[in-house]
Amino acid sequence: MKTLWNNYRYLILRRISQISILVLYFGANAWGWKILQGNLSSSKILGLIPMSDPYAVLQMLFAGAVLAGDLLLGVAIIVVFYMLIGGRAFCSWVCPINMITDLANYLREKTGINKVKGIKQPASRNLRYWVLGLSLIISTLMGVAAFEFISPISMVHRGIVFGLGFGWAAMLVIFLFDLFVLKNGWCGHICPLGGFYSIIGRFSLIRVHHDAEKCTGCMDCKVVCPENQVLSMINKESLPVLSGECTNCARCIEVCNDDALGFSIKNLSKNNKTGE
Amino acid sequence: MKKEPESDRRKFILNMARGVGIATLSGFIWSAYVDEAKASQLTLRPPGALKEEDFLKTCIKCGLCVEACPYDTLLLAKPGDDKPLGTPYFIPRDVPCYMCTDIPCVPVCPTEALDKNSLMTDGKLDINIADMGVAVIDDQSCIAFWGIQCDACYRACPILGEAITVEYSKNERTGKHAFLKPIVHADKCTGCGMCEQACVTEKAAIFVLPREVALGRAGDYYIKGWDKDDEKRLKNAKEIKTTTEISKRKAQDKLNGDFLEDMY
Repeated sequence: MKTLWNNYRYLILRRISQISILVLYFGANAWGWKILQGNLSSSKILGLIPMSDPYAVLQMLFAGAVLAGDLLLGVAIIVVFYMLIGGRAFCSWVCPINMITDLANYLREKTGINKVKGIKQPASRNLRYWVLGLSLIISTLMGVAAFEFISPISMVHRGIVFGLGFGWAAMLVIFLFDLFVLKNGWCGHICPLGGFYSIIGRFSLIRVHHDAEKCTGCMDCKVVCPENQVLSMINKESLPVLSGECTNCARCIEVCNDDALGFSIKNLSKNNKTGE
Repeated sequence: MKKEPESDRRKFILNMARGVGIATLSGFIWSAYVDEAKASQLTLRPPGALKEEDFLKTCIKCGLCVEACPYDTLLLAKPGDDKPLGTPYFIPRDVPCYMCTDIPCVPVCPTEALDKNSLMTDGKLDINIADMGVAVIDDQSCIAFWGIQCDACYRACPILGEAITVEYSKNERTGKHAFLKPIVHADKCTGCGMCEQACVTEKAAIFVLPREVALGRAGDYYIKGWDKDDEKRLKNAKEIKTTTEISKRKAQDKLNGDFLEDMY
């Protein structure tokens, strides 16, 4: 039992976080709870503190919308929050799509799709920045927030809170895409919101730190990591994960049997670097 | 600096070209979809909504207005509803807007896509000046126009006697009876849709359409006769010069010139 907790503690906490956020949003619409109203695009905590999706607002800005004060305050709160705890912590601790893509990835591993030889990943992880740029261009040209019109994240999240419609199709598409077409396809390659939070995450304080002294080079962390390009220092140097693409999902920390990985605050890492 | 082998440079150029190709392709498909999705004109919005074009720009699709609505009038467009995805709308035949005096759906809007200021009279929220749409009557299927006494829409109207009035006229068909015809006054109608919900016919004979769709525009060139105030609108009218074959020359010249030449 203790090893189970030890091996999955962050995963369990993440699922609790993701599901309780969904339940709170759902309860606001269904039963009039006031704890967390709205949805991931824009919401209010206790009817008081505004939060807004900075990427959606950026698209609105490009589309030529006049931005209200409350909205900008909500954006500031979210940006500061994720700059502290890690930009893509949104992806692994909040976003409902993460549960779908994690399931697809789990099945890939279990069914051995990942081990089939000769199969290449047919896309670059930088694709998300292209999609991000494209979404801003289209927002400008069409005069609406372009990604918000097609976003499967909003579709699924809104679907769960306000009624699904054909939103299940978006879930299925992403699931099948990640399962059969591209490993970590949606979250790790295409999603421009993930790309946006990657950029914010470059400045974030909470990081996974690696201790190369303790590392035995089993590479379990690289297998389990959904963005394993960020773990380039493993078994080489004692460095924190500095890439904004790290989602702070902490799977690497859980699978490490050598105690060579752990969360810490970025500034402390500088001391590490200089040998303390 | 080390010189890159040519094959790498080629690879780089090819990769860039690929990226541009894929971006263009997906960009066009994406734009086409967005264009189609926002073209849906027949969407009824909550009170205080900006003009549809600005509304689509500004609405962040958070659903706070939907949650604030105490009557479950407002819905958030789902995939399959054929409305711009995630934006709030209502279907009056199912649940109309009940025109709450405190308008709870509007002040909660974080983006001001629902504009509180457009609903203010003397510094107070006033739902009676809301403009969600305008009711339109199909006089072919409205049974009051057949001579049946029905004033369901008139009675349902929250601005009874102003937004809908009943007009009496003689029923020439029977020669003995009267028509009690409902008339909508577009300047007073808020488009709440309570009339549409109340309408007794199988498919509502009175229904709400967005104002832009339902109403025409006379422009500033026509003014009402015997109305001094209405004449003021003429000031806005800009001159339009229409040149036709005949009007190219002055009438006098035309009569003295070509016309005579043509004769002889």
